[in-house]
Amino acid sequence: MLDTLSTVYATIDATFRVSTPLILCAMAGLFSERSGIVDISLEGKMLAAAFAAGSVAAVTGSAWAGLGVAILTSIALALVHGFACITHRGNQVVSGLAINILASGLTVVLGIAWFKTGGQTPSLENSARFMPIELPLAGALSDVPIIGQFYSDVVSGHSVLVYVALLSVLVTWWVVYQTRFGLRLRAVGENPLAVDTAGLSVSRLRFAAVAICGGLCGIAGAYLSISQNASFVREMTAGQGYIALAALIFGKWRPLPAMLACLMFGFLDAVAIRLQGVPMPYIGEVPVQLIQALPYVLTVVLLAGFIGRAIAPRAVGVPFVKER
Amino acid sequence: MNTSNIELPAWLEVVVIPILNIIMALFFAGLIMLAIGVNPFEAVRIMLNGAFGYQEGLGYTLYYTTNFIFTGLAVAVAFHASLFNIGGEGQAYIGGLGVGLVFLALDSVLPALLLIPIGIAAAAIFGAAWAFIPGWLQAYRGSHVVITTIMFNFIASALMVYLLVNVLIKPGQMSPESRYFEESSWLPQMHDAFAWFGLSITKTPLNLSFVLALICCVLVWIYIWRTRWGYELRTAGFSESAAVYAGIKPRRVVVSAMCISGALAGMVAVNEIMGVHHRLIMNFPAGYGFTGIAVALMGRNHPVGVIMASLLFGVLYQGGAELAFEIPKITREMVVAVQGLIILFSGALALMLRPWVVRLYLMVRPVREVSA
Repeated sequence: MLDTLSTVYATIDATFRVSTPLILCAMAGLFSERSGIVDISLEGKMLAAAFAAGSVAAVTGSAWAGLGVAILTSIALALVHGFACITHRGNQVVSGLAINILASGLTVVLGIAWFKTGGQTPSLENSARFMPIELPLAGALSDVPIIGQFYSDVVSGHSVLVYVALLSVLVTWWVVYQTRFGLRLRAVGENPLAVDTAGLSVSRLRFAAVAICGGLCGIAGAYLSISQNASFVREMTAGQGYIALAALIFGKWRPLPAMLACLMFGFLDAVAIRLQGVPMPYIGEVPVQLIQALPYVLTVVLLAGFIGRAIAPRAVGVPFVKER
Repeated sequence: MNTSNIELPAWLEVVVIPILNIIMALFFAGLIMLAIGVNPFEAVRIMLNGAFGYQEGLGYTLYYTTNFIFTGLAVAVAFHASLFNIGGEGQAYIGGLGVGLVFLALDSVLPALLLIPIGIAAAAIFGAAWAFIPGWLQAYRGSHVVITTIMFNFIASALMVYLLVNVLIKPGQMSPESRYFEESSWLPQMHDAFAWFGLSITKTPLNLSFVLALICCVLVWIYIWRTRWGYELRTAGFSESAAVYAGIKPRRVVVSAMCISGALAGMVAVNEIMGVHHRLIMNFPAGYGFTGIAVALMGRNHPVGVIMASLLFGVLYQGGAELAFEIPKITREMVVAVQGLIILFSGALALMLRPWVVRLYLMVRPVREVSA
C-alpha cells in the first residue's frame, strides 16, 4: 500500500519536472497567439535559450546570469519574429520555421566553435545550476503519512523554475483576463481593426505580446540546460516546443486548461518511461512509441472536432494592414 | 509611403528581389563565419570546389539536389492551393515504409522491370496517403494543415521507430534496420546507366531518380499551368469564393493538392531507399522535407525556380560537407543555419527590401509612368 503510494507520488513528481518547460512554452505561445501572431517557433527559441543558458552558466559559474542571457536571447529571436510578421507582414508560419531551423543549426555551430565538445556545453557544477530546493518543514513533515509525504515528496524538492512555471500560469491568467493590457491583447487577436479604431497601436500591442512570449520561452530553455540537466546538449528540446503548442491548442488557448494539457502530456511522458516493457492487464505490452505519439494524435483528433472544438483567436495568422 | 500597390516590372519582382534576399541571407551567414573566426570567402571557395570541382563532388551535389527537387515541388504544389504542407518530412518517411513493405514482400518474386515501377508507385501512394489525412481533415473537419502536418511528422517518426525496432528489423541484428533488398530492386546508379552507353564516370550515390525528379518538374509544370485541374488548384488557392462561383469544389482541391504534394515528398524514398541505402533505415529523410520549404520559397513555387534552388541547396550540402572536412571549426550544421537564414529572408522577410526597390525604380523612371 505504502509502496504503491510512493510510486504514485514519484510519478506525479516526475510529471511536474517534465511538464515545466511545456507549461512555460504554452503560456508563451498563449500570449503570442492571443495577440494574433502564430508562433511555431517556441521550439527554436527554447533551444537557443537553453544553449545561451548553458554557455553563460559554464563561463560565469552563475545560474542567474545564465537565466538572464537565456531570456535576452529568446526575446531577441522573438523580436526577429515580430519584425518579420508585424513590421513586414511576412508569413508567420514561415518566419517561425526559419527561427526553428536557424536555432537548430546555430546552437551546434557556435557550440562546437566555442567549446569544442561536439556541440555540448561543459558540464556545470551544482553551484552554477538551479538545484532542487527544500520547502520549509519538508523534512519534519515527511513522516506524517500521506499528506506529509505528499508535501515532502511532490510539493517540495523542485528547482525554483518549476515553481516559476506554475506561478506563470496564474500570472498569465491574471494578465490576460483581469488587466486592461490583457483585454486589449485579446481584442487585438480577435479584431485588430476595432483596436486600431479605438486609437491603440496594433503593432505595439503585438510586439509586447511577442516579447513576453520570448521571455517565457527563455525561462523554459534555461530550465532544460541548467536545472533539469547539467549542460546543453544538441537538439535537447526534442520537439517539446511543438508539444507545448499542441497543449495550447488542446487547452483552447486558455491558461488553466493549457496547463492541464501540459500536465497530461507530461504525465504520459513520465508514465511511458515506467511502462517500458511492462505488460498491462488485458491489453498486453503498450509500445512506448504509442504513448510518445499520443499527445500529437490527441491534438489532431481534437482539432478535427471529434472531441469538442478548438477555436483559434479569429485574427491569428492574418497580418494587420492599417492603410486601406 | 505605402509601396505595396505600386507595380514593378516582372524582372524586378521575379529576379532582382529574390536575388537580393539571398544575398542578405548569405551576408548574415558570412557574419556568422567571421564570428567563429573563418574567412567567408575562403569558405565559399572550398564549398564551390567541393561541389563542382571534381566528378565525385558533382555526383553528390546532384544526389542531394534530387531530394530537394522532390520536396521543393511537394511544397510548391501545396502553396499554389494556398496550403502550407510542413509534413514533407513525415510523408517522405512513410513513402519509405511503402517501398520497404513492397520490397520485403516481393523482391525475391518479381523481376526488376516490375519491381522498380511498383516501388516508385508505393513511395508515391504511401506519401500521398500520409498527406491525405491532414488534407481531408482541413477540407471536411476544419483543422488547419499547418498544425496537423507538424503533428503527423512526429506521429510518422514514432510509427517508424516502432516498426523498425519491433517488426521490420532483420532478425538477429541489433541496429534497427530491415534486411537488404534483393539487388533486382535497386534503382540503377548513374555510373551504371552511363556504362550502358560505354561512358565511364565516378561511382557516387547519384542514381536514376535524378531523371525521375526532372520528369516530375515537367509534369508539375504541365499540371499547374496547362490542365483544368491545375487551373482549379490555382483558382481555389487564390480565392475560395471565386472558385465556388466558377463551379470548382474547393474541398476536393484541398484533398487532391495535399495528395499530390505528399506523393512528391514520398519520392524522396525512391532516391534514398531504392537508389542508395537498399534497406529501410531510421531517419533517412534527414531534414530534406523541411529544406523543401526553403526551396519552394526561393524558387517562387515554379519548377524552374525549384530546380535552381535545389541546386543551390545541393551545393550547400555537398560543399558544406567538404567545408566541415577542410576546416575543423565548421560543422555540417552550418548549412542548417544558412538554410534558416534563407527561409527567413526569402520567405518571411521576402517583402522587406521591396519598398526600397520601388523607390529606386521610381527615382530612375518616375515622370513618364505617372503622366501617361
